Amino acid sequence: MNKPLRRVAIFCGLLVLALLLRDNWLQLVRADELNAHPKNRRVQIERYSNERGNIIVDGKPITGSVDSGDKFYKFKRTYLDGPMWAPVTGYASQAYDANQIEKIEDGILTGNDDRLFFDRTLAMFTGEKKKGGDVITTLSGAAQKAAYEGLGSKTGAVVAIEPKTGKILAMASTPSYDPSTFAGYSGKDEKAWVALEKDKNKPKLNRAIREIYPPGSVFKVVTAAAALENGKVTDINAATQTPEGWKIPLSNREMKNHASGCANASLKRALDISCNSVFAKLGDDVGRDKMVEMAEKFGFNAEQFTPVRSSASVYDKNADRGGNALSSIGQFNTATTPLQMAMVTAAIANDGKLMKPYMIDQLRAPNVDIIKQNEPEEMSRPVSPENAQLLQQMMESVVTNGTGGNADLNMDGVKVGGKTGTAQHGEKNAKRPYAWFISYAKTSEGSPVAVAVVVEDSAGTDREDISGGGLAAPIAKAVMKAVIKTRG
Amino acid sequence: MSVVTNTTTIGAIEAPSRRNTELALLAFAVVIPVFAYLNVGLAMDGKVPAGMAGYGLGLALLATVAHLVVRKWAPYADPLLLPLATLLNGLGLVLIWRLDQSPRLIALAKRQYGAFSESAPNQMMYSAIGVAMFVGVLLVLKDHRVLQRYTYISMVAALVLLLLPLVPGLGTDSFGAKIWIRIGGFSIQPGEFAKLVLAVFFSGYLMVKRDALALASRRFMGLYLPRGRDLGPIITIWAVSLLILVFENDLGTSLLFFGMFVIMLYVATERTSWIVMGLLMAVAGAVVVGSTASHVQSRVAAWLDPFECLKTAPPNSNMAYACDQMTQVLMSFGSGGILGTGLGQGNSDLIQFAANSDFIFATVGEELGLTGVMVFLLLYGLIIERGIRTSLAARDPFGKLLAMGLSGAFALQIFVVAGGVMGLIPLTGMTMPFLAYGGSSVIANWALIGILIRISDTARRPAPAPAPSPDAEMTQVVRP
Repeated sequence: MNKPLRRVAIFCGLLVLALLLRDNWLQLVRADELNAHPKNRRVQIERYSNERGNIIVDGKPITGSVDSGDKFYKFKRTYLDGPMWAPVTGYASQAYDANQIEKIEDGILTGNDDRLFFDRTLAMFTGEKKKGGDVITTLSGAAQKAAYEGLGSKTGAVVAIEPKTGKILAMASTPSYDPSTFAGYSGKDEKAWVALEKDKNKPKLNRAIREIYPPGSVFKVVTAAAALENGKVTDINAATQTPEGWKIPLSNREMKNHASGCANASLKRALDISCNSVFAKLGDDVGRDKMVEMAEKFGFNAEQFTPVRSSASVYDKNADRGGNALSSIGQFNTATTPLQMAMVTAAIANDGKLMKPYMIDQLRAPNVDIIKQNEPEEMSRPVSPENAQLLQQMMESVVTNGTGGNADLNMDGVKVGGKTGTAQHGEKNAKRPYAWFISYAKTSEGSPVAVAVVVEDSAGTDREDISGGGLAAPIAKAVMKAVIKTRG
Repeated sequence: MSVVTNTTTIGAIEAPSRRNTELALLAFAVVIPVFAYLNVGLAMDGKVPAGMAGYGLGLALLATVAHLVVRKWAPYADPLLLPLATLLNGLGLVLIWRLDQSPRLIALAKRQYGAFSESAPNQMMYSAIGVAMFVGVLLVLKDHRVLQRYTYISMVAALVLLLLPLVPGLGTDSFGAKIWIRIGGFSIQPGEFAKLVLAVFFSGYLMVKRDALALASRRFMGLYLPRGRDLGPIITIWAVSLLILVFENDLGTSLLFFGMFVIMLYVATERTSWIVMGLLMAVAGAVVVGSTASHVQSRVAAWLDPFECLKTAPPNSNMAYACDQMTQVLMSFGSGGILGTGLGQGNSDLIQFAANSDFIFATVGEELGLTGVMVFLLLYGLIIERGIRTSLAARDPFGKLLAMGLSGAFALQIFVVAGGVMGLIPLTGMTMPFLAYGGSSVIANWALIGILIRISDTARRPAPAPAPSPDAEMTQVVRP
């Protein structure tokens, strides 16, 4: 009987071997995948097992962490002025994961980041409780407040940037949501989450960076920049040889103007009163490829990482001549995030140098050591300093002589440049248009702030009244004022 | 000066009894779990656990009693079996105690049953009964061949044990499987004991019938097919296995019994054709049941791709439940990684239901990691290896078959349980021997070790000296 016995012994050995192999596959090969699986609550448990670090604005935390005594998730996230700051912080929910800064800097906030290894090891010996590090943002509380309150009950977004560094000073989006309403995992949190998900106004959408809008007339500054850079216009006060009712190439339509006095207007005058014909023709003169090149230098057609990812703004690379002419006045397929237009404005205000926009200044360990300091970074130089100054002259003229009068700060030593936009959209332009305004303020020491504002729709406002100058400019003005007052 | 000459007479070669080896190994088998206990206490509360001395002394006492009994009544027994069983039992107690401390499981018990009671003290009691059973086997069973007399009584006993859970009023249906009976407040899993009794029956039956089964056969397509009348027993066992599967919803037990029978049949007859037939019948049974029984279907779905099945299964259905359980178990293993989180620091309690019984191996996976799981598998592998070695060494066919049957069943059980929780094969509701919480399992497995020790003692005992032949002179070896 020993021969079959030995065979069975080998068989039993193979059974154990199969188990060993399977275990290696499970715990070695698949470990990372299983560990990071969205169904794996351990990630969340770990995230909330210690006091979470804070997100800090102007030296004060805008988040908090309370011991909820729960059996699964010990600490729970709290937010100060949640709706105002939600586009910046994102949320950290026990049931619904996290996003934006809460997600991107999760390692620092939980204290699990490799860079905090030394702190963790030290805490193990001193017996201190593990604690997360802090994220210090570049934002300005005053600017954010001005932006959020300026938007009020309207739907829209505001982005403000410090042109010389690229620091994001304000990022507001309305309607907003309070991330503390679903920070836990109870039935109440679920209800709040489901209600937000179902809300037709999409409060969880961060319109400042994740929504792309047709920019309409505010895009004309990009076309103007392209015309100057490509030598199509050398004197901004010279007539541009544009007939009233310029015929769109490859089409039987004529480009009409809302304003009068556009025939043969100079570039400066055309920007003042926002002449469609002049800029459509200039876009056509520059040509599609050069227009694309200019737009991409400003950051179009690419996602931006602030480090929170923005959607890519669009300037159509494959448009025909007619499409390109329409694109040049911010119609057709052109679409942009408010962040993108703030970048364009900031680059012009910064004499042609575009700084990479960012919103995290420092990462700080729990013991207040600085782990990482973000430095301003140049992204590109879309226009020469001379041309940037010509663009500034024109934009300042828009505020003093043209459609942007509502943004004038009337402060000594502060110049304001801007551009309005009213972008039509929907089938046959039937939907209420978007009101745009971009502007910057400039003092003798350079420009402290550039703002882009978009207001989607405003209940109780007549269609004719929705214009960049009327709805959006006052918000931009309030934001600029807040920045100048606090950071002068 | 004279040359020292030394003249000795060599009788039968005295095999070393290895009892001291066993004692030294037992010391480790007690000390390691005590350290593990300390580890859990320090990790969870930051202080030395209050029950450590009691736990350590209890385990040491059990080990000492078992060792002394072996030393006295089975002096030539295999020295590894007892320490291995003690180590596994001890570590199982630590794991159960660790899960007792989980606030989540306490909250779950309170929610479901209104109260929470610790499992570790019960398991300690079961372990004591188990060791008593072990001692009892060694004391009562002086020679394993006695069991041959009870071949057909064993068969009846095994059938009764297997069918008990189906008796109305006695059997309880908990969580879909009807494998428990309730007597006076205690839940008993008769299947665990049936495993032993059935092995006795198979051994006795096959020892008698092996020649008929092996030789009287027709050759067909290269295989020796048995005569129709010899097919009776295998078809009966097959049918009983299927009945267990269908009426008791117990996939694991039916697989275990059928597998054990096929292995023993093969060993007894040395005919490969039995294996082929056994596999064919197992596949046929599996296909029939798999395509009709819904609980088997949900287990298979959970095995194929638990994460996918979780998305597609209707909410709150049995299938969704089975798949969710499987994902939790897999993620628990995955979170362990190579070295594990350390005892008391994992989240294997997320598995919630049956975390300390059917799924206790996931706690090993998460808290002791790949390393720990491999150690446990090798410990089990060693028990199987010692069992088969005992079978090889046994001098009588009944002992050979019984040792082989018990070790084979043990191996199959390890494979089915560990393979089930690690997603290698569909999950079946069985418990990891010695580790998992459950009285019947611990007691029956201690009895199994007892029987193996008894057989190995008989096998390794020096053969009685042959009767001296008056004609032969004493052989002498002269050494310088």
